[in-house]
Amino acid sequence: MILIVASAIAALAAQTAQAPATLGIGRPATPAEISAWDIDVRPDGVGLPPGRGTVKDGETTYAARCASCHGKTGKEGPNDRLVGREPGDAFPFGRDPQRPKTIGSYWPYATTVFDYVRRAMPPGAPGSLPSDEIYGLVAYLLFLNDLVPADAVMDATSLPKVVMPARDRFVPDPRGGPKSAVKPRSRP
Amino acid sequence: MKVSRRKVLATAAGALALGKAAGTQSPVPAPAASDPSKAPGRPARTLGQRAPSEKPQRIARGATSSQTPHQDLYGTITPADLHFERHHAGVPEIDPKSYSLLIHGMVERPMMFTLADLKRFPAVSRVCFLECSGNFNRAAPPEITPQQLAGLTSQSEWTGVMLSTLFREVGARPQATWFLAEGHDAALLARSIPIEKAFDDAMIAYAQNGEAIRPEQGYPARLLLPGWEGNSNVKWIRRIELSDRPFMTREETSKYTDPLANDTARIFSFVMDARSLITYPAYPVTLTRGWVEINGIAWSGYGKIQRVDVSTDDGKSWTPATLQAPVLPKAHTRFRHLWKWDGGEAVILSRAVDETGYVQPPRAELLKTRGPGAANYHLNPVTGWVVRSDGAVVYKQEAWE
Repeated sequence: MILIVASAIAALAAQTAQAPATLGIGRPATPAEISAWDIDVRPDGVGLPPGRGTVKDGETTYAARCASCHGKTGKEGPNDRLVGREPGDAFPFGRDPQRPKTIGSYWPYATTVFDYVRRAMPPGAPGSLPSDEIYGLVAYLLFLNDLVPADAVMDATSLPKVVMPARDRFVPDPRGGPKSAVKPRSRP
Repeated sequence: MKVSRRKVLATAAGALALGKAAGTQSPVPAPAASDPSKAPGRPARTLGQRAPSEKPQRIARGATSSQTPHQDLYGTITPADLHFERHHAGVPEIDPKSYSLLIHGMVERPMMFTLADLKRFPAVSRVCFLECSGNFNRAAPPEITPQQLAGLTSQSEWTGVMLSTLFREVGARPQATWFLAEGHDAALLARSIPIEKAFDDAMIAYAQNGEAIRPEQGYPARLLLPGWEGNSNVKWIRRIELSDRPFMTREETSKYTDPLANDTARIFSFVMDARSLITYPAYPVTLTRGWVEINGIAWSGYGKIQRVDVSTDDGKSWTPATLQAPVLPKAHTRFRHLWKWDGGEAVILSRAVDETGYVQPPRAELLKTRGPGAANYHLNPVTGWVVRSDGAVVYKQEAWE
C-alpha cells in the first residue's frame, strides 16, 4: 500500500515537473528563408538593400506608378498628401486639424519611406518595385519636400543621413499604467 | 437616488400590474400565422443559423473597416461574424497548410513554426476586447447609433500560445528590447512592440470563440496584445524579428501617433484607456414612460473595470451601475442601471473607472491636452444620449473644438 502511494506520488511529480526550456517544436529557419522575408529598414539604415536611385529616376517612376493616387506633385491627392513643409518647420498638428501630415512635415525618419513603399506600394501591385526604383522614388519625394537637392542620389549610405524636420517632435506616452508613478487621474 | 434592486423590481412589477393606468402597458402581440405546437419542427442540420427574423449586421465604412452592432448584442462576447474589421490592404486568403511563422533576429535559434506546430505548444484561452485606436467619431450627428459611434471594438475568447513560450523556444537574447510583428497581408503591415509585452500577456492566437479565427481577424494566426490598440495586434502574422530598438514603421510614426496641443506628438501610445458606452437606450430607440434598464459596456486596457457611474441628469449626479460578473481584466464588462423615466427630457451618461483609479475623462479634459487638431486616436470621452420628451433618443452631440 505504501509502495503504491509512493509510486503514485513519483508519477505525479514527473507530470508536474517544470516545463523544459524548449519543447523541440518547430524547425530551424534557413538563412535563405530569413532573407526572403526580412525586408524591414531601420532608421540607422540596417536592412537597406544594395542599389541606388536619383531624383530624376524617381520622377519617372512617380509619374507612372504614384501620381494617379497622390497627385501630379504629391500635393493633389486624392490619397495621402506626400509633399509640403510647415512654415519654420513648426508642428501645429494638435492645434490645427486642417494641417496635412506630409512626409516633409510629419514623418520623423526618411528610411520609413523606403520601408513602406517596399512593403505596400503601389496598392495594386505591392512588392513589384525593384530596389533601384524605390531609391529613386524616395529621392524624388525628399526632393519635392525640399529635403535633398535636385542632384541627390539615394542609396544605403545616403538615405539614413537625411534628417527629417519632425524627428524630435515625438514624445513617449506619459499616460502610465498601474505601475506608473503618474497619477492615473491626470493622464488624458 | 439610491434604491435596492429588489425594491425597484417590486415597484416595477406593481407598475406593470397597474398596466394602462401607469402608461407602461406593452402592446398585445399579433396572433402567430401558424401554431408551432401543431406540426413537427425542422430536423437537425450540420450548421446552425440565426432565427430568420434576427438580422444583425456590421456596417462597412469603405473597404477597410466595418463596425460591430453594439445595439443588437447582449452580454459581452461578440459573435465572430459581427467582430469589427480594420485592415490596410484587404483581407488576405492564407492557406493554413503552407502557413509558417518565422521568429528571428536577436535569438539563439531562428525558427519556423507551422500552424500545426503552434497548436502543439501548451495553449491558453482568455477573454479580452480589441479596439481600433480610431474608435471615435468627433463629428457625430444626433442621429447616430452605438455601432456608428464606437463600433470598432469587439470582444472574443481567444485561444493560442503565449508569445513568451515561443520566445523561450527560440532563445530570446537578453539584449532584445523590441520586436517587429509583421503580417502577411498586401501591406505587410508591421509594428514595433516593446518586449515586455511578450513576457507579460501577448499571445499568438489561432482560435476565436472556440473555432478557428475568422479571416477578417487574422486567419490562421494573429498577434494578440490584450488592452493595446488594435493596429498593434498584427493579423495574419508571418514574421517576428527581435531587436534592440524600434523599427519606426509608417504605421507607428506617420499614422498611429497622437498630436498634442503643445506641438509634439505621442509615439508608441499603445494602451486603450478606460471607456464606457451606453448601448440601450440609444438612437434610434423611442422610449415609453416607465422603468428602463440602462445598459452598456465598459472596458480598460489597463485592467479590470472597477466601477461604472451612470447619470440621468446630464452629469449633475452619478450612481454606480451594477456590473455583470465575471469582471475580467482588459475586457468588455456589461453594466446595468434601472431607471424610471418620467417623460421629461433627460440626458443619460456613463463614466468608467478602472482598477488603477483612472476615471473616464470629460471631453473638455481630453481637448485641453490633445488640442482641437487631435487625431481620432485614443479619444475616450464621456458620452451619452438625450431622451427627448417624446421618447426619442439621440446622441448627445458635443463639438470637439
